[in-house]
Amino acid sequence: MARFTEANEKLATEIVARYPRAKSATIPLCHLAQEQDGYLADDAMVHIADLVGVTPAEVLGTASFYEMFKRDPVGKYLVNICTNISCQLLGGEELLAHAEKTLGVTSGSTTSDGMFTLEDVECIAACTEAPACQVNYRYQHAVSNDDFDALIQSIRSGDRDDIPPHGTLAKVRQDLVGDRIANVSPPEEQGQPVWIARHSQAGAAS
Amino acid sequence: MTDTPTSGVDVPKIVSSRWDVLDAHTLAGYRQSGSYAGYEGLRKALTMSPTAVMDEVKAATLLGRGGAGFPAGTKWGFCPPDVWPRYLVVNGDESEPGTYKDRVLMERDPHQLIEGCLIAAYSVGVAQVFLYVRGEMAHAQERIAAALNEAYEANLVGKNILGSDFSVDIVLHWGAGAYIVGEETALIESLEGNRGMPRLKPPYFPAAKGLYLKPTIVNNIETLSNLPWLLINGADAFKQFGSEASPGTRLIALSGHVKNPGVFEILQGTTTFRELFEDERYGGGIREGHDLKMFIPGGGSAPWFFPEQVDMALEGRPVGAAGSMLGSGAIVVMDDSTDAVAACLRIVRFFARESCGKCTPCREGTSWLEKILQRIFDGDGRPSDIDALLDVSDNISPGPYPVAAWAEQSLDAVPFPPKQTTICPLGPSAVAPVVSALRRFRPEFEAKITKRDLLQVAVEPSHV
Repeated sequence: MARFTEANEKLATEIVARYPRAKSATIPLCHLAQEQDGYLADDAMVHIADLVGVTPAEVLGTASFYEMFKRDPVGKYLVNICTNISCQLLGGEELLAHAEKTLGVTSGSTTSDGMFTLEDVECIAACTEAPACQVNYRYQHAVSNDDFDALIQSIRSGDRDDIPPHGTLAKVRQDLVGDRIANVSPPEEQGQPVWIARHSQAGAAS
Repeated sequence: MTDTPTSGVDVPKIVSSRWDVLDAHTLAGYRQSGSYAGYEGLRKALTMSPTAVMDEVKAATLLGRGGAGFPAGTKWGFCPPDVWPRYLVVNGDESEPGTYKDRVLMERDPHQLIEGCLIAAYSVGVAQVFLYVRGEMAHAQERIAAALNEAYEANLVGKNILGSDFSVDIVLHWGAGAYIVGEETALIESLEGNRGMPRLKPPYFPAAKGLYLKPTIVNNIETLSNLPWLLINGADAFKQFGSEASPGTRLIALSGHVKNPGVFEILQGTTTFRELFEDERYGGGIREGHDLKMFIPGGGSAPWFFPEQVDMALEGRPVGAAGSMLGSGAIVVMDDSTDAVAACLRIVRFFARESCGKCTPCREGTSWLEKILQRIFDGDGRPSDIDALLDVSDNISPGPYPVAAWAEQSLDAVPFPPKQTTICPLGPSAVAPVVSALRRFRPEFEAKITKRDLLQVAVEPSHV
């Protein structure tokens, strides 16, 4: 789909400015593109390449390594069910089978109305609350089959404002711009920090 | 969004003292609750010299809580003198199967983590900190972003912190879904905007050459979260808890077949596995009507332990000597209802999916292991499959496994830490469950294979 909108391009520029080398902003900008479009579009990667000063192929090379970047559109809600060991022991695989039945799709595919994409995922760090799943990376703990159906029902009827559409991660951003930044420049331009210099002089003097 | 349910119940609470306080993630809450007033540790550090802070951390023997258990103060000291800048990269990419503690620390007590980052940065001489949080943890990202914004506003991070000449930025960075990025050199590659593939060693420590090839300290979330308490109370107070070799506490995520799974702060080197499984304050016992079959003492990468090891204390060295590791503080309990082949297959499948593909033995070997285990599990196993599993394992992590196929005794001599034909421990980690399961439950594998052979005899013509 799209390159960054004007507002997002401004945000992207601010993010790039936080890093000593622009290329470090590649992953954050891919997240921003995915937040804008719901997936990581080819045009967006070309735009990101411009902003961080690499070729579009390098952005693709990086993005294609990471599971969270979807290069094709996915459902509005990404349903990730953990089947790794702690969840497997307490019914994660059975929950996945139930989810396939409820949603009418196999793991890895999207419902025909474009609402849900179902995935079988690795450990999501909710091991003591097994079986666990995430919807657009929002946790659901100790999910029974009935819990799962109720969750899907509540999303379908628009009752889950707490779960943003796919692509949006944290809804709070770090506000680190302009004057607030204490220190950012390429590593070649950085020297010994002042407090270290002060203490080593004091140490040498004594 | 609801908070993460937890149940830390033991004293002393060094890192989990605010988990029961609802607004502990805010600056006001951080300052008013818990076992010390927020940012007092930073204030104390600023009155000391950077070297004195490092000496205090060294004296406390604060072992890294990410998995390798390397002493944090010693690691800080590895930065070559007079090479600047130095970077601090915080590893919040918690993804090891069974591990669930860094997320709680990030969601529940982000200011404690920020304060820990500041103390480390002051001591090491870091002017830029990168806090790498796993991509899938949206709530933790929100909590840390909000806490950082508050801390910048209050002059606790940024320029001339609290009126001193100490200035440092903390940049929140999100990952995007890759287990291997928890390996420190892969983390650095990812932070540079590349595919998250580990770097060839040497140098063994990024303290020599890390981010942008400059000296870089990579520390775990829990390790840094210990620092405020440590600075306020001192190394001697810290060493009163736990054992001499492993002082202090550890967060343990206890999951699987126990009545009361949870994240618990326990005493290192003192609390035993049995206490953890059975004590009412912790696991509360194995599920009703079942007995312990095996358990993983330190995350998916750790070789399995069995009932005879439950009286061992949770301490790195003895657990290592017994052939496993405490790793990332993830204990997965499996009772007698567990199918050893299924559990082994699931863990191996994890490593096959997460292999970055850089080293051939891991890229090919982990998926071969998965395929062989899958066909055994499906009842299509061949009689030679157990030898094949051991042979592939040996090519990823050379050990006595091929011999063991013929002489079962030598399976007891599993080398740990494993030798490896790869540049990082991911491949050898996939070998751990295979060898553990075969060592103890070989008849379960054979039963599945034999079942298939009988079927085959029944359908194949006998005159061929």
